[in-house]
Amino acid sequence: MGLWFRRGAAHAGGGGGRAVSVATMPARREPASQSVADVNADPAGLAATDTGADPAWRAAAEAGADHAWRAAEAAARDSYGRLLAYLAYRWRDIAAAEDALAEAFAAALNTWPKTGVPDAPDAWLMTAARRNLLQMARHRKVESDPAITLLLGEGEGLTEEAPVIPDERLKLLFVCAHPAIAPELRTALMLQTVLGLQARQIAAAFLVAPSAMAQRLVRAKGKIRDAGLRFEEPEARDLPERVGAVLEAIYAAYGLGWDGASVIGGTAPDLAQEALYLAQLLRHLLPSDAPASAEAAGLAALLLFCESRKAARYGAEGAFVPLHEQDTALWDQRMMGAANQALWQAAQLGSPGRFQLEAAIQSAHCARAATGHVPWDGIAALYGELIKLAPTIGALVGQAVAVAEAGSGRAEEMQPGSGGTGSRVTAAVATGQADAGPAASGPFDAGLDAASSVDAGLGLLERIADAAIASYQPYWVAKAYLLAKRGEAAAARECYMRAIGLTVLPAQKAYLLRQVAALAA
Amino acid sequence: MQYMLTFFHPASEFEKRQDPVQGPAYWNVWKAYVGALYETGKVVSGAGLMPPHTGTSVRIRNGKQHVQDGPYADTKEHLAGYFVIDVPSLDVALEWAARSPSSAAGTTEVRPVMDTSNMK
Repeated sequence: MGLWFRRGAAHAGGGGGRAVSVATMPARREPASQSVADVNADPAGLAATDTGADPAWRAAAEAGADHAWRAAEAAARDSYGRLLAYLAYRWRDIAAAEDALAEAFAAALNTWPKTGVPDAPDAWLMTAARRNLLQMARHRKVESDPAITLLLGEGEGLTEEAPVIPDERLKLLFVCAHPAIAPELRTALMLQTVLGLQARQIAAAFLVAPSAMAQRLVRAKGKIRDAGLRFEEPEARDLPERVGAVLEAIYAAYGLGWDGASVIGGTAPDLAQEALYLAQLLRHLLPSDAPASAEAAGLAALLLFCESRKAARYGAEGAFVPLHEQDTALWDQRMMGAANQALWQAAQLGSPGRFQLEAAIQSAHCARAATGHVPWDGIAALYGELIKLAPTIGALVGQAVAVAEAGSGRAEEMQPGSGGTGSRVTAAVATGQADAGPAASGPFDAGLDAASSVDAGLGLLERIADAAIASYQPYWVAKAYLLAKRGEAAAARECYMRAIGLTVLPAQKAYLLRQVAALAA
Repeated sequence: MQYMLTFFHPASEFEKRQDPVQGPAYWNVWKAYVGALYETGKVVSGAGLMPPHTGTSVRIRNGKQHVQDGPYADTKEHLAGYFVIDVPSLDVALEWAARSPSSAAGTTEVRPVMDTSNMK
């Protein structure tokens, strides 16, 4: 039963933040790939607590097994967001709802060991949290507030025997990614409200001072309350844009989680896992036939592809292994299958977008597991499409490398079916048609020999006119790699050194140092 | 805003400086970091320090001078160097702190530099 208390146990009023935490769980995590696979096995990911009748985590807690522990964790994460979303939606004040819920968890921690875990713990917590909210309101002498009346009125139907709590998490996601909230705060807000992470954990992942992060979160919640941002699902015509903002915020969480855990050590949560959970949750909450769902599925596919290669990213003694050197036998087939399926479903909606294209690029990389070759031509073409939609520095660098590789003899023309499901899906996304032929060829693939394609790639890198390259590590890695290909060892060395200076992870620094050593040899 | 990044090393890191096997990698990583930092044009000043045993500490207590060989404090990690950088925010300063080799091997502390213009 102790498992359930992880969020409650961290109840803390000051400093780091109100939200109760995942971090107080017994410190152990299974290999991430497995828990992701569990999410796949239950694509909704949420079945266990939909009714509240048979909370998986309780059985899990009693069994104490590893898989059960993970189930417990997922269920607790699910319940936290559900309870908070409901309270925040009714009360229209996220910070007050968080406080009330934290107190409810603390009360459970005191009460349940004596009385036993109630049959409907969610409802118990909800009742306690609502009581706390009402008490707070009375304390502030604002009985006339319609929100209180609303809470009191609705309270009648919600007892410990009727534990069906409406799922308002979609509204909470939309509020967190509201246009009135600064983009750089949306991710953090989501992690705290929907998943219950603490400000100091979020700060570690963002590489921001904990006090600053706590302050920013408090201000954001204050703005939601004071500006009266409404907890609602957007009109159909606004849906794609609003979903887009939610997806961006989830994607940012994944970017932070990418190797983040090993950077920060024990204090940063595995945000890759949390992001994947949020992506699956959003997919589950949106109507599956809405065009906006295509990008939600695309993002889920993208994250699944990236996660599927997790076990291959570090070799013996923690040495970093770059994508093109990874042993494909270590890639998680089941997760890649789920990713391809999600991408396929996205393509059926005929609403192409950035995340579907990025997922298609990952799908093409994963095709190496089936064919032994990377379809660089197709990847270069996909980057071309991606840049039309989202000309990020990352996409521009990716395109340059793909163009250079396309003529280097490792390329293989992408034919429908030649790369298994992966390349069919890729082609479908690239053309925006489910039954497409090969991906549209970019302007770079045909007839370039190895040397001129490397020149073309370097030319593309040179053309990136973005001040951000000064501190964008992948740019310098790509440039060094292509210069080395062209035999310019001294220039390559300089770029590798620049890249090493911008690298955080020691394993990646070591890998780049080996590349420098290989230049000299 | 100016921030001072101070790099703290355990004894093992200082030893790497002279180590025939680990030395080259140690210096290469530092060289890369320092180079990348200077490339941004944000460096106000900076220096690396000789190992702690080369230090000498001075104290005056009850009117008496005490001079002692070695570092000021007996700690596991010692000051190995510093940079003062001029960047827009603490967030950017923390990014540079994370990239420092000392963050993986020891600790990097980031502090805002005081405005002392009125003391001149």
